Amino acid sequence: MRASRWAIILAVLLTAAIAGVAYGTLRLTPLEVLQGALGTGTSTQVAVVRQLRLPRVLLAALVGAGLGASGAALQGATRNGLAEPYLLGVSGGAAVGAVIAVALHAPSSVVPLAGLVGALAAVALSLVVARAAGGQGDARVVLMAGVVVGAFANAAIMVALAGVDANAVRGALWWMMGSAADASWPQVRALAAYVVIGLVALLGLARAIDLLALGEDAAAGMGVNVARVTLAVFVAGALLAAGTVAAAGLVGFVGLLVPHLARMAGARMHRTIIGASALGGAALVVFADLVARVAHPPAELPLGAVTAILGVPFFLSRLRRLT
Amino acid sequence: MIAFHEVSVRYPRREIAALTEVSLMAPRGALTAVVGPNGSGKSTLVRALVGRLPLTAGEITVDDRPVDGASRRALATRIAVLVQREEPAFALGVREYVALGRYPHLGLFRAPSRTDHAAVERALARTGTGALVGRSITELSGGEWQRIRLARAVAQGAEAIVLDEPTTFLDVGHEMGVFELLSRLAREGHAVLLVSHQLNLVARFADHIVLLHRGRVAASGRPADVMQGAVLERVYEWPLVVTRDPAVGAPSLVPLRSSARD
Repeated sequence: MRASRWAIILAVLLTAAIAGVAYGTLRLTPLEVLQGALGTGTSTQVAVVRQLRLPRVLLAALVGAGLGASGAALQGATRNGLAEPYLLGVSGGAAVGAVIAVALHAPSSVVPLAGLVGALAAVALSLVVARAAGGQGDARVVLMAGVVVGAFANAAIMVALAGVDANAVRGALWWMMGSAADASWPQVRALAAYVVIGLVALLGLARAIDLLALGEDAAAGMGVNVARVTLAVFVAGALLAAGTVAAAGLVGFVGLLVPHLARMAGARMHRTIIGASALGGAALVVFADLVARVAHPPAELPLGAVTAILGVPFFLSRLRRLT
Repeated sequence: MIAFHEVSVRYPRREIAALTEVSLMAPRGALTAVVGPNGSGKSTLVRALVGRLPLTAGEITVDDRPVDGASRRALATRIAVLVQREEPAFALGVREYVALGRYPHLGLFRAPSRTDHAAVERALARTGTGALVGRSITELSGGEWQRIRLARAVAQGAEAIVLDEPTTFLDVGHEMGVFELLSRLAREGHAVLLVSHQLNLVARFADHIVLLHRGRVAASGRPADVMQGAVLERVYEWPLVVTRDPAVGAPSLVPLRSSARD
């Protein structure tokens, strides 16, 4: 991918981030955004920028980066252009784990870990289902298995919530629709750790993913330990999905949309595709969160609904190629 | 040298073994060919070699070291394998694709070195595919695709090369080009193991032929020893005669019509 394309992606991300901090009930100019961030503006500006909007924009950016990178790696490793954490049921599994942890009043540091366990269980389940159906290599079968696991995850959340108080139900709905509204600095720091670890792992696996995209036998003939690399990609992808779900609930279609845009922009090797998808995903979710906040004030749209509205037409256009 | 020592393989949930006590050697400096009818176990042999199928008995060694338990990446620096089926899921440039062959030589994060770039250029030149650079692998004809795959295997820089049907979809000229290249690689000291259906070309180019039949070695030896009408007729279950090709002097198989009309 040409350097100018990277510059465009970065410029879009930066613009979305500045707009994300500037727009809201209190509208700020780009200069006031800078002053607020540096602490030189009015006390209201500083508080709005530092306490409310900056953590929110950063959280949205990290969610997008994690989902974009995860989708890019999963698409390559499964040789399936429709693979992504949400459609594969990975995010749903993470949500089940997280909701169970919350329902059991587990400390907040445990929630992402419970999400990771749920995400890995979902990955294992959808692969087992696909294998049992005899269609492990068939994009449609793997996808169907993921959709089934995702539906099962939703049902499991409902079951987990039966009998708990109304507040917890409200919280669970928040998980299932996705939102960055409760962003805080500790959340940003925790998610940053997940995203950095997951991203570094996936970039390290990128060359092996390039070979896996040629087929498992071919990759084995070129020195890839297929079982080990596939597992590593799924664990790293699940880690990213679990971190984002714990921080912002279910945000779908980002992992589907962004890697395709990266490829359309000329990214071919998975190191580039994963890197570009992380940056592009960050830009997309920051933008989607801005839309969620300003589209229908004073109420907020669910973030997951906005990304779905952006992603569904694209998903349908890809689906036509498969049938 | 690649060696199979009484290797047996059975696919999960299958009654009949895909390979039974198959022994063969592909030494350095020689072109060794594996031939046999469809379903005789040729591709199973290759899949077992790359660790995609567990052995139920026996052992596969490369340079006298067992393949089982060795690091696949380290192994790939010594042996390059072109499997039969390969379907890229996404588009790639031709040069990028050939450069994938350097994978076992690269670290996790290190950029490709001058040695890697030189190996890619050399492989493109040797396989006569330099002119395809700049195109996407999705735009190639069947024959161009096979030659690019060959370039990738050469770029891997291994001393042993294993190829499963590398001349499928190739026209006569390009097919001869591939056989001549493999023969040259063998002369230069590579161990070349070739799975092929092209019995007549194999008879001309191979130093040693292994004939598989229902997962067992039916015959093994120099081309003149294996290219025997009676043996081939039994294995291929088709009437045929083996003559001596007057132009090149190699044994040549001529299949007959199944009815008695010929």
